[in-house]
Amino acid sequence: MRNPRIEIWKTVLAVGLVSSIAVGQGVAVAPPVQAPVAVGRGARGATSAYPAHPPADPEIVDRGRQLFGVNCSFCHGPDARGGEGGPNLLRSQVVLDDQSGEAIAVVVQNGRPDRGMPKFNMSLTDVQTIAAFIHSFPFRGSEVVPQSAVMVGDARAGGVFFNGAGKCASCHSVTGDLAGIGDKYDARTLETRIMMPGRGRGSAPVQLPPSTVTVTSPSGEVVKGTLLRIDDFAVSVTDAKGNRRTFPRNGDSPKVLVNDPLQAHKAMWQVISDDDIHNLTAYLAAVK
Amino acid sequence: MRTAKKMALAACLFFLPATSMPQGVDPTSLAKPLSDSWPTYSGDYSSRRYSALDQINQSNIKNLALAWTARLTAGFGGQATYSISSTAVAPPTIVGGEAKEAVQVGGNFGNGPGAVVGAILEVNGILYMAAPDNAWAVDAQDGTVIWHFFWKTKGGTHVGNRGMGMYGDWIYFETPDDYLVCLDARTGKERWHKEIADFNQQYFSTTAPLVIGNHLLVGTGDDLDAPGFLQSYDPETGELQWKLYTVPMKSGDPGLDTWASLDAASHGGGQAWTVGAYDSQTHLYIFGTGNPTPANVTPTRGEGDNLFTCSLLAVNVDTGKMAWYFQTSPHDTHDWDSTQTPVLVDGAFAGKPRKLVLQGTRNGYFFVLDRVTGEHLLTSKFSESANWAKGVDQRGEPIRNPEKDFTVPGSLVSPSNLGATNWPPPSFDPDTGLFYICTNESFSMYFLMDPDPREVTGLGGGQEVGLGSLGTSIEAVDYKTGKIVWKHMFNGATATGIGLLSTAGKLLFGSDPMGNFIAFDPAKGTPLWHARIGQVMNAPETYRLNGKQFVVVSGGDTIYAFALN
Repeated sequence: MRNPRIEIWKTVLAVGLVSSIAVGQGVAVAPPVQAPVAVGRGARGATSAYPAHPPADPEIVDRGRQLFGVNCSFCHGPDARGGEGGPNLLRSQVVLDDQSGEAIAVVVQNGRPDRGMPKFNMSLTDVQTIAAFIHSFPFRGSEVVPQSAVMVGDARAGGVFFNGAGKCASCHSVTGDLAGIGDKYDARTLETRIMMPGRGRGSAPVQLPPSTVTVTSPSGEVVKGTLLRIDDFAVSVTDAKGNRRTFPRNGDSPKVLVNDPLQAHKAMWQVISDDDIHNLTAYLAAVK
Repeated sequence: MRTAKKMALAACLFFLPATSMPQGVDPTSLAKPLSDSWPTYSGDYSSRRYSALDQINQSNIKNLALAWTARLTAGFGGQATYSISSTAVAPPTIVGGEAKEAVQVGGNFGNGPGAVVGAILEVNGILYMAAPDNAWAVDAQDGTVIWHFFWKTKGGTHVGNRGMGMYGDWIYFETPDDYLVCLDARTGKERWHKEIADFNQQYFSTTAPLVIGNHLLVGTGDDLDAPGFLQSYDPETGELQWKLYTVPMKSGDPGLDTWASLDAASHGGGQAWTVGAYDSQTHLYIFGTGNPTPANVTPTRGEGDNLFTCSLLAVNVDTGKMAWYFQTSPHDTHDWDSTQTPVLVDGAFAGKPRKLVLQGTRNGYFFVLDRVTGEHLLTSKFSESANWAKGVDQRGEPIRNPEKDFTVPGSLVSPSNLGATNWPPPSFDPDTGLFYICTNESFSMYFLMDPDPREVTGLGGGQEVGLGSLGTSIEAVDYKTGKIVWKHMFNGATATGIGLLSTAGKLLFGSDPMGNFIAFDPAKGTPLWHARIGQVMNAPETYRLNGKQFVVVSGGDTIYAFALN
């Protein structure tokens, strides 16, 4: 789940590592978040809340990046995620416990001789500046792989599969229901929706065909309609007149026959190869 | 470190006569087979979740009817709701916590912070249950709420609470902001609380504390590259007795050669976030560990097995030392914790009587081991759709297929991240000899989103997009062969994790994804009785009180008790 705080961090990250021109933009888009607790900072979105560092002045973060680059990056890497001998700082207990440099200063100013870290003759202000830089990073990682990188398949092979072994053409047509599908979705959404219509993160909604059901009671009455819900004990149907009908179930009585129009997609999951999925994606992405 | 004197004291405490604890739980009773009460997480230490009660049985199950419901109010307390103009008094709410103001957090995957999803204890006519930051005592005869305890939280991941532990009159639960809280079970008043993990490292604590003799075993959880551990506390004082890390923490620790570096190992996860089983003869506590971290983008972990994540561990409760391990998911790459409840069974295997432990794990595989030695005996697939492994190696461990990791162009993988099964517990019925487990044959696309492993911590770097499921079912597995004897597939919706209970009344209690509470025939899987209560949120339990057998189950913020008419 997206949340504004992560977005701010990303901006700050980009600012710190990419260009100083972006600093102004970063400041402009960052809303003032002062809350001591960031709901959703952890990995589980809205169910989690952990203490957060209020966003620091981007100029201080940038100065911290420079100080870090000179003093720390050789061992801890330019992005503080570990380097020549030094550990990843972003998940270190000292950094996680640190508020604004006070815990980091103890390590920096005293060193950790047992682990090969020398002590640094550095002012508390400079450590605080470096701390602001370290605390500006997001957890988890970024979603940086572009959609174009997903498109690794062979479109021609995808077409052969579509019209042949995949049996896609028995229900679909690239000049009919799928006309222009390559323009509708990004690569991941297209790939996901080939596997199951309606799924994926793409914005365009899909009207899925509902399951239908035929209920035959012991007396011989037959009710056909849209399946509303089913379990071992009842089945609910919207009948031809638009009425909701619910029938209790007891084993095989009444007879219930469900037709799921998406069954062919589900059946595909157990047999299709990832190569065929990627080829199909390339084929359908070219259907403009 | 424990001294010989303390050991002697431990032995004394362990064999205290029941008369010295007239109201509460005598720890020695926890080693007895499950019957009238439900004094610990799984009912008894075996985790079979098989009750000897048979008043409710196949011949009279059609007469099982609602006895009472109890509506629970979370937070700062509710009002008595017996009727509109009732003068009844609301149960007292006792408030604790280290936070000045309770931080508001969503919880329980949308089911509200008051949902009971874990075990309910039944001791001497009183039920004890918990939700994140909340605990309640309820009269087991009629559902009257006796007291409510509310913990003002600092925050943390509010994913659920798995229940409470009890020792004498003291009752314990964990909080999402990492405290172990001890209450007086008679009043709900706090005796003490102890910090059990570092909140700043994003630990969050959901597990039910487990009493074994004079040990209180406490696990916790984390999703941010922090090491997993199991701790033992003194149940009287809350003093730490021992702490066992599940990943190597210093040079020379076993398993270090299965990681890229000590830094990787000591940030490698393997959280102990569910309750295991205990063999009182060998003093071995057997539990499953969680996924390695970073979970989805793995090069910083190296290509090794990443011990002791996704493993079954046997630890001597007196020393806190590991006796054996077996890894059920070497080098996991899908966040499939192997924390599913292990089940202890004494039974024949290959013609010989054996002391066994069974486990069905989130990755779709079923394992049988000798629980004294850890010797591997059998591996099978209980999820037919699981497609992430190339096979099983000589050790009996699944062989991961790297092509089914998170990949840039996307991999079609079963199961989904939620797994073929999850933490809601299975059951073993000694009458049928069958192991019952819920499985969900789900599929997802797994996309790698951040190719730089240095960037990624915790659960980051991947995007899992769910496709759906071929169906949810309850399966009966023959542990001698790994064969699925019956499989009851549910229509309609799907779910991952259905908790189960079997009884001497030749009944298997469970639920379906549509909110039906169901009793099955354990030999065939046929439904024999059901009540649609809308949603079923925990594993059913049973107890006998005043001559009557009850079956209880949680619907979220409401507890439902059933008995014979």
